[in-house]
Amino acid sequence: MRRKALAFDHFLHLNVGKCSNFGSGVIFEYNGSALVAMVGKNCFAIASDRRLGVQLQTIATDFQKIYRIHHTLFIGLAGLATDTQTLYQRLVFRHKLYHLREERDMKPETFASLVSAVLYEKRFGPYFCQPVIAGLGDDDKPFICTMDSIGAKELAKDFVVAGTASESLYGACESMFKPDMEAEELFETISQALISSVDRDCLSGWGGHVYLVTPTEVTERILKGRMD
Amino acid sequence: MSRFEESAPARGGFSYDLCKRNEMLMQKGLKPSSYLKTGTTIVGLVFQDGVILGADTRATEGPIVADKNCEKIHYMAPNIYCCGAGTAADTEAVTDMVSSQLKLHRFHTGRESRVVTALTLLKSHLFSYQGHVSAALVLGGVDVTGPHLHTIYPHGSTDTLPFATMGSGSLAAMAIFESKYREGLTRDEGVKLVAEAICSGIFNDLGSGSNVDVCVITKGKREYLRNYMLPNPRTYVSEKGYSFSKKTEVLLTKITPLRELVEVIEGGDAMEE
Repeated sequence: MRRKALAFDHFLHLNVGKCSNFGSGVIFEYNGSALVAMVGKNCFAIASDRRLGVQLQTIATDFQKIYRIHHTLFIGLAGLATDTQTLYQRLVFRHKLYHLREERDMKPETFASLVSAVLYEKRFGPYFCQPVIAGLGDDDKPFICTMDSIGAKELAKDFVVAGTASESLYGACESMFKPDMEAEELFETISQALISSVDRDCLSGWGGHVYLVTPTEVTERILKGRMD
Repeated sequence: MSRFEESAPARGGFSYDLCKRNEMLMQKGLKPSSYLKTGTTIVGLVFQDGVILGADTRATEGPIVADKNCEKIHYMAPNIYCCGAGTAADTEAVTDMVSSQLKLHRFHTGRESRVVTALTLLKSHLFSYQGHVSAALVLGGVDVTGPHLHTIYPHGSTDTLPFATMGSGSLAAMAIFESKYREGLTRDEGVKLVAEAICSGIFNDLGSGSNVDVCVITKGKREYLRNYMLPNPRTYVSEKGYSFSKKTEVLLTKITPLRELVEVIEGGDAMEE
């Protein structure tokens, strides 16, 4: 069945040696992403890069990767962009149903179990996404976790990373992280870890997007980074 | 009709609706990603009063250590625990599922769960997926019939043994067991032997690492010793930490205050007409 020619079809032909195929890349490296979440003292921060690409070509420099589920629960999604958007829409739908039935917002631990179940359901035909979940639980205790693409939860007490830049992020966070940081210091640490890691990854970058959440306010900041 | 059903919560079991699309992506040249594996050394042994299970705490994603302190000893019932090796999502999902089934069974029968019940539920699930659910388990517990220790392979075969090891570090741990195990060990000797076997896996196998978790199950009591040994502490930590010479440049800041807490006045006469 011939499909209709789409507006960006000619972009596919511009790729040297590749016409409407994905080359020999890895699915996770098709769009590129970098995500990190860190825990501080009664607060947490979640940060992402802003690039959307099609292999080595950049399509957008303001792509949203961190989504808000409710006022103190955020989910960042790394991986294939189409799957991240679909998964986000499914999760927000499930949360809205939960809110209508229970008349309250979901706790972060419950939401993490929900995401894990949604991903494991597709065990043999998965969504190519790696989520990073961050939220404030009971008594304003920060909660972060990440999963692989089939829902294996990894709860951490310090930081979690995901995306194409994850190897650099592991190294940067491991050396820069300190336990019990206050909000401003946490922001500085997570931003420095993100920017230095994406500088070493071709597929992510073009600035950073950081959400810093304390029990009283949510601060959203856009970082300046190398535009290459 | 079918579109709405897709979004509604599913009836349980796996859903295969993305398989066709993923096949198409593979054909076009995209390679699949690697899943979180628990490279692992898991062991179990039977001692005079019950069963001791042990596991390391490293979770790997390819060659990278994703989690330095994960939990591999899963709860099945108050008297039954299960260690899992293989694909992390599979071991977690299969042990959670059988744990729920055991709880329902306990409500139906009003009795303590038996280890062979858990064994049969696990092996029939794994066999029906013909090894594609990649979970290798060491199941141990104490019930009315005594202490039991079993190993379960991803294709659904099982063994009943006095001491067992599974995972990539199983050879290193089995070497320790084969040379030092004897029947009728005391609790302290058993815990020491299990810890030694796990340490052998941690130091000799690249897929296992970090800390040692131990779980001792006896009649009517279980002790979950999380991080029983920490043989790999972080060395050379600088007290002053990392200081940044140049601050990050911020282009835009948006602050959203969260809802203020409302004062609730107790015992007010709001309803008085």
